[in-house]
Amino acid sequence: MATFRPLLLAGALFLPIVLPTSAQDIPIGEFASLTGGAASFGQSSHKGTELAIEEINASGGVLGKKLRLITEDDQSQAGQPATIVRKLISQDKVVAILGEVASSRSLEAAPICQQNKIPMITPASTNPKVTEVGDYIFRICFIDPFQGTVMSKFAQSKGWKKIAVLTDVKQDYSVGLSEFFIKDFTASGGQIVKEQKFSSGDKDFKPQLTSLKAARPDAIFIPGYYAEVALIAKQARLLGIKVPLLGGDGWVGDSLLKVAGNSLDGCYLSCHFSADDKSPKTTEFVAKYQAKYGEIPDDMAALGYDSAMILAEAIKRAGTTEPQQLRDAIAATKDHAGITGTITLDAARNASKPAVILTIDKGGFQFVETVKP
Amino acid sequence: MADQLLEFAQQLINGLAQGSIYALIALGYTMVFGVLRFINFAHGDVFMLGAFAGLYTAPKLLALFGGGPSLPGATAVLLVAMLICAAIGILIEKLCYRPLRDRPRLTVLITAIGVSLFLENAGQYAFGVDPQSFPEIIVDRAIEIPETWGAISALTITIGQILVVGVTLFLLLVLRFVVLHTRLGMAMRALSFNPVAASLMGVNTDVVISFTFGLGSALAGAAGILTSIQQPSIDPLMGINIGLKAFVAAVLGGIGNIPGAALGGILIGVLEALVVGYINPTYRDALVFAVLILILIVKPSGLLGKTEREKV
Repeated sequence: MATFRPLLLAGALFLPIVLPTSAQDIPIGEFASLTGGAASFGQSSHKGTELAIEEINASGGVLGKKLRLITEDDQSQAGQPATIVRKLISQDKVVAILGEVASSRSLEAAPICQQNKIPMITPASTNPKVTEVGDYIFRICFIDPFQGTVMSKFAQSKGWKKIAVLTDVKQDYSVGLSEFFIKDFTASGGQIVKEQKFSSGDKDFKPQLTSLKAARPDAIFIPGYYAEVALIAKQARLLGIKVPLLGGDGWVGDSLLKVAGNSLDGCYLSCHFSADDKSPKTTEFVAKYQAKYGEIPDDMAALGYDSAMILAEAIKRAGTTEPQQLRDAIAATKDHAGITGTITLDAARNASKPAVILTIDKGGFQFVETVKP
Repeated sequence: MADQLLEFAQQLINGLAQGSIYALIALGYTMVFGVLRFINFAHGDVFMLGAFAGLYTAPKLLALFGGGPSLPGATAVLLVAMLICAAIGILIEKLCYRPLRDRPRLTVLITAIGVSLFLENAGQYAFGVDPQSFPEIIVDRAIEIPETWGAISALTITIGQILVVGVTLFLLLVLRFVVLHTRLGMAMRALSFNPVAASLMGVNTDVVISFTFGLGSALAGAAGILTSIQQPSIDPLMGINIGLKAFVAAVLGGIGNIPGAALGGILIGVLEALVVGYINPTYRDALVFAVLILILIVKPSGLLGKTEREKV
């Protein structure tokens, strides 16, 4: 028996290296926050991506091959994306990478993809820096300047003159949104009466809110993620802050309304997609998603779906998975009819597309208006 | 000026409430250190289990008292969570630490880190990774201060904050009574002075150690419920950060010293609130650990950990 052991061992080592290079399918890498603080985002974007890949494969795949999605969990933790993406590229030999939702984690993976010349498409990272990393990095969502400006214009249209801002300093996303909100709002004659900060993972926001309350704002802009925003809203109402709270797409998460209850009624946010939209494309997507996962798709699911579809379309157009040509094909994406609107990628590899403003009322999101770029 | 004074007063209230939570958890660290001379790093996770015990038992317990949020219902949830945590604490000690009692202290310390990791990951597996909404066991709302009280009426004190401070104070008094005036308390003190002498005098060390773990874990369970009333979003990793800060609080007050742990907790809570409100919220965690380093350099025995200490 003992003599066989080295052989077995060699076999076991050899196996994982051989499998991914099989020419039967096209390996696509995905990294997502399937667990941890932003698990709701990661789960949604992953489900959307998975649904798209299944649909593509069901209709014959691309270039006569099936797409094979290899998904890795980064646990919503800094440091993980770099490791995972290196593994996807060197071990799994993926032809392209899809992910992440959070800008901070996309920013970790982007330089590695750029270095290895593997195209990366992020479904939902809105911080401008992400695609500035290099010409292999794309996004299919709008960017922070647009989202921050949209909310600033919206606040002005409501007649609010004094706004306080509460930023999550651990998230590039939040810092970016605040920056562009403040820039536009002050340039248009509005006043930022107070700026306060918190860090992802905080649970007690009473000190910050106390300081914001003392500044007597007309509304508070909180471009954080759902986990913290729900607690912030609850504690704000307890401290007697009655003004509306404003936010971005980071608010849209499973547990937001469950935790916040009615504390967010009358608040507004900008996002990518509304499941209430009655266009045939959206209804079809919502129906298919519901049939498979038993839940209504959110922004991140729709973006995940669109990102995989754009990649598949680009592989088809390129006629190859050779990195340089695939990159060029993705860059040439024009008027792609996605679930989250018509998507055209500009010279800076960012998507130019509309945003949706929603309000929260009686524990549900309601469509307010669409804002075109 | 009045506005700034009010803001300051409000920050003190915020800090006191958060500090009470640290105090409750710090007591567990300090008591275990008192009798066993090691840091039970799994203590923060027992706090997390307390919150989840509340999550799962609250619907049934509240139903016994009419279904909705109520004071008797909340009390029942608090007591049950404390009992469950006490049982878990005793179990952890029996299974993980007792077999290692004669080994070097470092072995036990590393085991404690292992237990902590186990509870965090098993928690993610059992409860799910997403933050969950904690049921409303008592209506947390702001208490209206009458206008006739003048400027003070602008202050907000919530039911949750009053409960936290009140329950912490009550539990501290109970603990003081147990430690100073019961036979088990006396045995605990004896053990902390000299374990060998205590066992020679007929103190059953196993029982006393179990009791200490049970008591400390019950307090962590109470902290879990009290936190969840104010911050109704709980997840399996919620105990890590708060556990570390409570540990700092215990060291600040003088580890092994019961009033010290309470004082340390409240000081850390108030300090945090002031840093967040007036300096920069990003320094919140940094400050707490800077305090740890500072106290270890300047006065390693802690604020109250001097001669004649009442170790437990």
